[in-house]
Amino acid sequence: MAINTLLQHGLTGISLGGAYALIAIGYTMVYGILRLINFAHGDIFMMAGYFMIFAIASFPWYVAVPIVLIATILLGVLIERVAYKPLRSAPRMSIMISAIGVSYLLQNLATYLFTALPRGYPSIPFLKKIFQIGELSASLVTIITPVLTLVLVYLLILLINHSKIGMAMRAVSKDFETSQLMGIKINQVISVTFVVGSLLAAIGSILYFTDRMTVFPFSGMLPGLKCFVAAVLGGIGSIPGAVIGGFILGLGETALVAMGYSTFSDAFTFAILIVMLLFRPTGLFGEKVTDKV
Amino acid sequence: MKKLDQKTKIILSVALVVVAILGLSYLDANRSDYSYALSILERSAIYAVVAVAMNLLTGFTGLFSLGQAGFMAIGAYTVAILTIPVESRAAVYYINGIADGLANAYLPLWAALILAGIFAAFMGLLIGYPVLRLKSDYLAIATLGFSEIIRAFIAAPQLDRITNGSYGLKSIPGFPSTFMVFGVSALCILLMVMILRSSYGRAFKAIREDETAAEAMGINLSKHKQMAFVISCFFTGVSGGMLAVYMRSIDSKSFQIGLTFDILLIVVLGGIGSVTGSVFGAFLMTAGREWLRFFDNPLVVGGFSVPLFRSGFRMVIFSLILMAVVLYYRKGLMGTREFSWDGIYNFLRKHLYLRWRKPSGEEVKRDV
Amino acid sequence: MSDTVLNLTDVTMQFGGVIAVNNLSMEVRPGEIVAIIGPNGAGKTTAFNVITGVYAPTNGEVSFHGETIISNHPQGKMTKLYAGEHLGKYDKVIQKTPDRITKMGIARTFQNIRLFKDLTVFENVLIAKHMNMRAGLFSATCMLNHNEEKEMRQQSMELLEILDLADTKDEISSSLPYGKQRRLEIARAMATNPSLLLLDEPAAGMNPQETNDLTAFIHRLKEEFHLTVLMIEHHMNLVMEISDRIYVLDFGKLIATGTPGEIQNNQHVIDAYLGVDEDGH
Repeated sequence: MAINTLLQHGLTGISLGGAYALIAIGYTMVYGILRLINFAHGDIFMMAGYFMIFAIASFPWYVAVPIVLIATILLGVLIERVAYKPLRSAPRMSIMISAIGVSYLLQNLATYLFTALPRGYPSIPFLKKIFQIGELSASLVTIITPVLTLVLVYLLILLINHSKIGMAMRAVSKDFETSQLMGIKINQVISVTFVVGSLLAAIGSILYFTDRMTVFPFSGMLPGLKCFVAAVLGGIGSIPGAVIGGFILGLGETALVAMGYSTFSDAFTFAILIVMLLFRPTGLFGEKVTDKV
Repeated sequence: MKKLDQKTKIILSVALVVVAILGLSYLDANRSDYSYALSILERSAIYAVVAVAMNLLTGFTGLFSLGQAGFMAIGAYTVAILTIPVESRAAVYYINGIADGLANAYLPLWAALILAGIFAAFMGLLIGYPVLRLKSDYLAIATLGFSEIIRAFIAAPQLDRITNGSYGLKSIPGFPSTFMVFGVSALCILLMVMILRSSYGRAFKAIREDETAAEAMGINLSKHKQMAFVISCFFTGVSGGMLAVYMRSIDSKSFQIGLTFDILLIVVLGGIGSVTGSVFGAFLMTAGREWLRFFDNPLVVGGFSVPLFRSGFRMVIFSLILMAVVLYYRKGLMGTREFSWDGIYNFLRKHLYLRWRKPSGEEVKRDV
Repeated sequence: MSDTVLNLTDVTMQFGGVIAVNNLSMEVRPGEIVAIIGPNGAGKTTAFNVITGVYAPTNGEVSFHGETIISNHPQGKMTKLYAGEHLGKYDKVIQKTPDRITKMGIARTFQNIRLFKDLTVFENVLIAKHMNMRAGLFSATCMLNHNEEKEMRQQSMELLEILDLADTKDEISSSLPYGKQRRLEIARAMATNPSLLLLDEPAAGMNPQETNDLTAFIHRLKEEFHLTVLMIEHHMNLVMEISDRIYVLDFGKLIATGTPGEIQNNQHVIDAYLGVDEDGH
């Protein structure tokens, strides 16, 4: 394989990985705080894709993008309020089933509202601009994705390490009950978590779908699960871990496709997950927890 | 709580079975009129088996596994490959041909179903060894992943000569008789009930309740978890095999994650930890989808076309109902209780008889 | 060696920076009632968890009737220490799982009651009989082991009668009052046919009447069922009345051992309980 082809694939991989990383952060944050695999997160990401289609139909892109971000955030927070909050004291399995139910509902709702046929994703002209670097060619979105991901993650880490709400989030993820007793407003912390997660999912969706060009009701499902795997890979609860996990998966998947094993690209993700869970269940950056008897 | 005597219960149970058989015979005899109803009932029975199998794992052993679709796929492909008539195989595998060893491998349906179960169970054994060490949600996501891996292998071009890759398998002969579907399903469920009622079933429940305490009672956790997993996989495989025969043609897309979620929702609807609940849930959910079908058609009331009613609305309503169950009626239909004649009797007494007699006062006091 | 039932040698259990049990050695002889006492957080329950295989100790050895059930002597940087006369003696880590240890004859109750909450009282005891079942899955499913099942049920029923729980047999175990739940835990532990019974604060939350009954019952365990008992208890009257010997732990360390009389007059113990600072003032 020529060096150029290799670089070209590398670039695609990093770009895909960046989008995965943004979604994975949503999973890792919610899991860190609620110990819940938010199965609906992938579908929130899918809905953000549809929001964009409709927003861009009536507004220029610089108005449409904020609308999409806000709508996605509202959706994420709404789901938390309606489907997860009432189950806070329920067994973990119930809340997980509720998440699966929400995912099912969103998929059916999307099928009903927008039909099951794939819809073309609007292309924001400047994102699609092709750059030519030597022999490599890439659209702006391919280059912008990893950069934007890193910038956002940096900002997020600043927020978590240096703000009051960030401190509260860290406390809640360490010990839910104790922090509640210490007077931390749990519901507020959870809402902020969902706001941040949904915001990043919306940005991820713009980057991801601009590359993929179509949206359909099930297009959130597999990417969603993959991003959860990325979060586990990096160590659930760890934001840098989720980012690195996202990049590993993006690169690995692109490599498999390049080698002609595209049928196995989904299976690869889960194979990595299982190997990881067996040999290092806490992920690359996770902390060890001991059960008390 | 008043109880019926043993004899009455046996008579009632026999009566129920006889009524069910007569009803089915009637439907079967008038097949041309009732083929739609029969096909719904058949699908329900098949789903009931896999739902009970999932419940055995989730509701009785406390292991949350989401690998059902994958194990059903193994069963379905086993049955399909072994029962497609030898003479039509060339036509089914017209693109890449069939693997030499399989060209003439044929088994009668019952044997193929057992083999389907065994293959799925064997796969469960291999997979169970590593993943059963994981805890709750990690187990769920790992089994979900395995089911996707199995699907990827089925669709892989490298296995074209066995699974026919993305073209799927067609021309699977149907059931020789409707009674076979219900007979096999009933047998599978009965076997699972017997397992749950045995000492092993009690050990599974102990693991669900408290792993540490179960271990302190001398129950070998990994052995019993493995056992529950393999049993569940076996019956999931059998029901997958039946699903292949029911559908007549299958491909890897028939076994997506959505199928697992459907089964999960049946289990939730029926009650996690109730076998009869899962059976009711399977019939209710499969039939409910059909009942709600009118939501999919435009509705015109007095010349005015009601908005919202169009294709897809049915599934939205359906998922809303399920969410309502999950959120407000978490125990599902049955909770962890089982159907029993005593239960029915007391229910009727409480709601009809007592209300009837209350004004006189005396009757009520006597058995309080 | 084999005239002891249980033998702990240099057991240390460390969680991160906390040393919960520090170099503990103790022994329990056949037919004895031995108590472990000490302030909260002294590592008593941790010691139980090591003995029953729930935690793997950082270092040390546990043997039961002379057979080593747990042995861990960290290798690597400590290899040199074990070289020479002990060469090859400590190179194996033995860690039997809790269910194996229960099968060998150690049964336990839990400090924070761990019954099978949604199951009936009878089922709770019956489950403990499962481990000795001879029938395999197939014959159990097809009910071919009718006699065995009957025997299991009968033995479980007898235990419930001994512990005076027979009338509550069909109740859901979590609906029992606290004292009865503790008794049910003992019944369940005894259903595993142990030779050594570990009781973790059996009298906690009991009223004086129940505590007296329990005291009498523990005596019965020794006299009638020939069980050896190792228990953790805070209730001093009970401990002093029935123990043959007492071990006192403080901050994971053994600070005293002896008969109830010796312990009552031991200055270290008094200091530990009254909270005198390290240098004895």
